[in-house]
Amino acid sequence: MSLRSWGNYPKIKNKVLTCNQQVDLKNIINDYEYLIPCGNGRSYGDSALNEHIVDIKCRNYFLDFNEDTGLLHLQAGVLLAEILDIFVPQGWFLKVTPGTKLITVGGAIASDVHGKNHHIEGCFSQSVKEFRLMLADGSIITCSPNENTEFFNATCGGMGLTGIILDAKIYLKKINSKYIDQITVKTENLKDTFDTFEEYRKYNYSVAWIDCMAKGDKIGRCLLAVGEFSSDNILDYKPTNKINIPFFFPSFVLNALTVKIFNFLYYRKVKNRITRQKVDIDSFFYPLDAIKNWNKIYGKNGFTQYQFILPKDNSFTGMHEILDTIAKSGKGSFLAVLKLYGKANQNYLSFPMEGYSLALDFKIEPGLFNLLDKLDEIVLKYHGRIYLAKDARVSKSTFEHGYPYIAKFRAFRKKYALDKKFVSLQSQRTGI
Amino acid sequence: MSYVLIIGAGSDIAKAAAREYARNGHDIYLAARNTNAIEDFSKDVAIRSGKNVRCLHLDILDYNSHQSFYDNLEEKPEGVISAVGYLGDQQLAQNDFSEAQTIINTNYTGVTSLLNIIANDFEQRKNGFIIGISSVAGDRGRKSNYIYGSAKAGFTAYLSGLRNRLHASNVQVLTVKPGFVDTQMTRGMDLPKKLTAQPETVAKEIYRAHKKGKNIIYTKGIWKWIMLIIKNIPEFQFKKMDI
Repeated sequence: MSLRSWGNYPKIKNKVLTCNQQVDLKNIINDYEYLIPCGNGRSYGDSALNEHIVDIKCRNYFLDFNEDTGLLHLQAGVLLAEILDIFVPQGWFLKVTPGTKLITVGGAIASDVHGKNHHIEGCFSQSVKEFRLMLADGSIITCSPNENTEFFNATCGGMGLTGIILDAKIYLKKINSKYIDQITVKTENLKDTFDTFEEYRKYNYSVAWIDCMAKGDKIGRCLLAVGEFSSDNILDYKPTNKINIPFFFPSFVLNALTVKIFNFLYYRKVKNRITRQKVDIDSFFYPLDAIKNWNKIYGKNGFTQYQFILPKDNSFTGMHEILDTIAKSGKGSFLAVLKLYGKANQNYLSFPMEGYSLALDFKIEPGLFNLLDKLDEIVLKYHGRIYLAKDARVSKSTFEHGYPYIAKFRAFRKKYALDKKFVSLQSQRTGI
Repeated sequence: MSYVLIIGAGSDIAKAAAREYARNGHDIYLAARNTNAIEDFSKDVAIRSGKNVRCLHLDILDYNSHQSFYDNLEEKPEGVISAVGYLGDQQLAQNDFSEAQTIINTNYTGVTSLLNIIANDFEQRKNGFIIGISSVAGDRGRKSNYIYGSAKAGFTAYLSGLRNRLHASNVQVLTVKPGFVDTQMTRGMDLPKKLTAQPETVAKEIYRAHKKGKNIIYTKGIWKWIMLIIKNIPEFQFKKMDI
């Protein structure tokens, strides 16, 4: 059976090559003309899709943990969820975590993922001390910000196109609770939303859900959630049981009307300007992980997530224009998430830059790509970029405009013959 | 006394069992011929569980070493899981007796040698458990793997006799008969997904069956019914079949 990405789009035939602990990965690399490494298959689009996929999930050993420094040495196939299961009860948490814990450490590095605390802690790579990378000829090198720096900067955010990450040393951070003290602020419009983000920016974690069906002077109204870890010393963390969605929903279930109703009710559910709550790690960081296969609600044709970021100076105007365009198109997004970002890092293809990003989920349906092309134009007009880990359709030129170091990245790949060996549908489409 | 001894610890089922037992509060001895290959894995189990995990050298074909191997265990195990297995190459084994011998001695003679020693100790102290991972291949000989199958059939019969003998001494003997399992042993084979178990699932089922005091389990459970059918095909029909 062929592997699909999280968005169930695109669908292609492929062969999954399992690398168990015994089989030398080097043999696999030698045996196939080209391939792409894959973690838990949670990137939305085609970043880890091609005819030959190396599944690195079997490399899932914890190798060492230093209780004094919080430095964890582990193989690249370990899931973030496994790290939490073991280390939250001991009072440790990931310095940076995305909105799902069902991804591998290797995937987190390759997409240089970020979380609700980007404005404070930066990307995942900024918690990585070093990792080992297998190159196109099977040789292995150690990469860190000080050693083989070029490889480090290319690999973090490099979408698996620079080699196979074998294992890594990452820093965890100390926590005193499995709970987060959360404040939810209900805002009235986009201006209010931006002001509130800034007002609460000293909080470690912040994220906003935008009601993207709102129109006129209500555009950009949101529920902004900010939070900090509690300090009650309650650490008996147990992962919550998952609800399973056993089959693909028929594609008519999510339509303009149901999405509108959902957005309306979700926003209305919160009555006051400010609500305070204590919530646990899973519901604060990983609300969607509670529903296994939630991607199936979008139906068999799949869905895509459109996530872009705009530089701070242009964020307000740009977001306004984009939200306006979406609201007018009538193609609702079930989920629209707005986030504040801190400074960009040194990596060639990392997504974040100082500013705001918006992530929108859309069911694949006729007319969608026209809308997204329109949004691309607006993103480029305001000097923004698109997140590769979510993408399945962006054009070469749109991609290039957003990533100023692309020439450097291409030259690097060529120099070490990585461009002939590590190839994904995405890299072919965008000419990375 | 909290150690569980896992022999054949390099196999995928053994590794899954090690994680499962450690997760449930047991210390673990991992015994394998190539200790280098399980060194990293032992760290993994220790970090995941916070339990003691130790790697031991054991060559299952070196029968003379088995007594001293067991005697040298500082702390005797509360139970043992044998995940020793060598599928081998049926075609080769038909033509080259040394391959046939390796298959038989690994799957049957070697484990018999070691389990005899352990069984005597458990019988004397009147507690313990012995879990033997045999195979559905031992239920009926088929042309595609009957050398392996006959060695596993011997092992299954051995475990049955052992269970009968040790019942009076309060020692549980559990025979595990996996069908297809997604492991290194079966890598490259085109296995039907619905009939193929993941090693983690096998390990969980073993642990559950152990705690429930079961005698024989098939994993996945459907293999019980498949093998019931296969065992009941009349021989005059069976011999003509291409399986």
